[in-house]
Amino acid sequence: MIPVSHPTSGATAPGSTAAVPAIEVRALCKTFGSNEVLKGIDFHVDQGEVVCVIGPSGSGKSTLLRCVNRLEEPTTGTVMVEGVDITDSETDLDDVRTRIGMVFQQFNLFPHLTVLKNLTLAQQRAKRRSKSEATEIARRNLAKVGLAEKADAFPAQLSGGQQQRVAIARALSMDPDMMLFDEPTSALDPELVGDVLEVMKQLAKEGMTMMVVTHEMGFAREVGDRVVFMDGGVVVEQGKPEDVLGNPQHERTKLFLSKVL
Amino acid sequence: MKRSTRRRLIQGALYAVFAAVVLLIVLAADWAKIRSNFFDLDVAAASFPEIVTIAAKNTIVYTAIAFLGGLLLGLFLALMKLSPVLPYRWLATGYIELFRGLPALLVIFAFAYAVPIAFQWHPPGGNAGAGLIALIIVSSAYIAETIRAGIEAVPKGQVEAARSLGMNSAWTMVTVVLPQAFRIITPPLTNELVILIKDTSLLFIAGMAIGDRELTTFSRDALTSQANATPLVVAAAMYLIITLPLTQLVAKLERHNKRGR
Repeated sequence: MIPVSHPTSGATAPGSTAAVPAIEVRALCKTFGSNEVLKGIDFHVDQGEVVCVIGPSGSGKSTLLRCVNRLEEPTTGTVMVEGVDITDSETDLDDVRTRIGMVFQQFNLFPHLTVLKNLTLAQQRAKRRSKSEATEIARRNLAKVGLAEKADAFPAQLSGGQQQRVAIARALSMDPDMMLFDEPTSALDPELVGDVLEVMKQLAKEGMTMMVVTHEMGFAREVGDRVVFMDGGVVVEQGKPEDVLGNPQHERTKLFLSKVL
Repeated sequence: MKRSTRRRLIQGALYAVFAAVVLLIVLAADWAKIRSNFFDLDVAAASFPEIVTIAAKNTIVYTAIAFLGGLLLGLFLALMKLSPVLPYRWLATGYIELFRGLPALLVIFAFAYAVPIAFQWHPPGGNAGAGLIALIIVSSAYIAETIRAGIEAVPKGQVEAARSLGMNSAWTMVTVVLPQAFRIITPPLTNELVILIKDTSLLFIAGMAIGDRELTTFSRDALTSQANATPLVVAAAMYLIITLPLTQLVAKLERHNKRGR
């Protein structure tokens, strides 16, 4: 079931050349019952690109992000990750998912495990790394998010901001090719947002491919290579942050920005 | 009449009724007969040490076997009931509804007497073994429902986090969902254990060999041979010695769980 010769670095995915977009979504539709959440989305993220997806709540931006690693099943359309069609039933979804880091609004740390075990669990179970290797990588990533001393703490003993940084370190420990952020700072107290954004900025600087669903316009402007504005299940407008945020072309974008800025 | 006066009067009346009932029982009871029939120290002494070394020991051993067996089978049934495969769900639901709907006494009787006739198959361990299989089957039906509820109580985000890290559904269940589910259901599971301790008394219907007798069968036999009910009282005391610490534990766990939330 699991391929024997499994790449341990994770950096070399099949078919990953610079020309292939990290994420490519074509004509994606998603309905929940009679509720049409995504109405034919075309969307892509190039390798090394940081794309921020903004829009009012209920616009479908989180659903779009969750379709990228198939936590949500697309109704129609295709989702390609590094050139691999993840809606194809032949695709080894678990393998693709080890290359896509995901960070949730509610952190979703495993409350029964220590911080260190949170970071090593999937490395050992999904990537088949040895315990010592997984621990070493976990400690390196904890240090990276500034929480090296919290390795033996349980999630409940950490602040929201610390939990979210642990969640980022957990995703990074899989050596993903790209990271998905689903409103990573929305559940945080305002004074804790900064630390998390700082870690994300650092990641972007290192060249990580990122798709960020966010309400943090400052982050989108400063860090984003491209901003995508969604409303009512469609991409209304996209472009450079200074264009979309500073000089929006569509009425809906203007209306939304006048409310949040 | 003032409200506080009335409350005091009502309370006084309730105490008076209680005292009257106690007095009536004390006066109506024939204490000499009670002592000679239920608290005969010589008869009580005669049931030792076998009531501990055989009867109480067997009660504990049977409870342990039935509980562990029920836990394993119950876990299996709970996973079947949550399976995406429809026939598995039907099978589990049918099993659970059947054995929760039947009296345990009847099931024990069936396994001790009806099954050997119908299938020409004698369960291992004689009648005690047959009764134990029946107890495992009955307890597994209750435990399955408890485990299913526990699994469903684990937040969906936990599964999503594990799957997004590339862990397959089996590893997610074993390392993320079940540890949290069992933490949630420890109080109700301990309750099942207490109920099971008492349910081992139903094994008397199976007809036990001398060395296989548990507390109830043992004391019933002693009651017949000695024409005195004192062994029943001793057995009752034994049950309480076993169950009271456990019920206290349940209460403690429930308090602990409430605090944790």
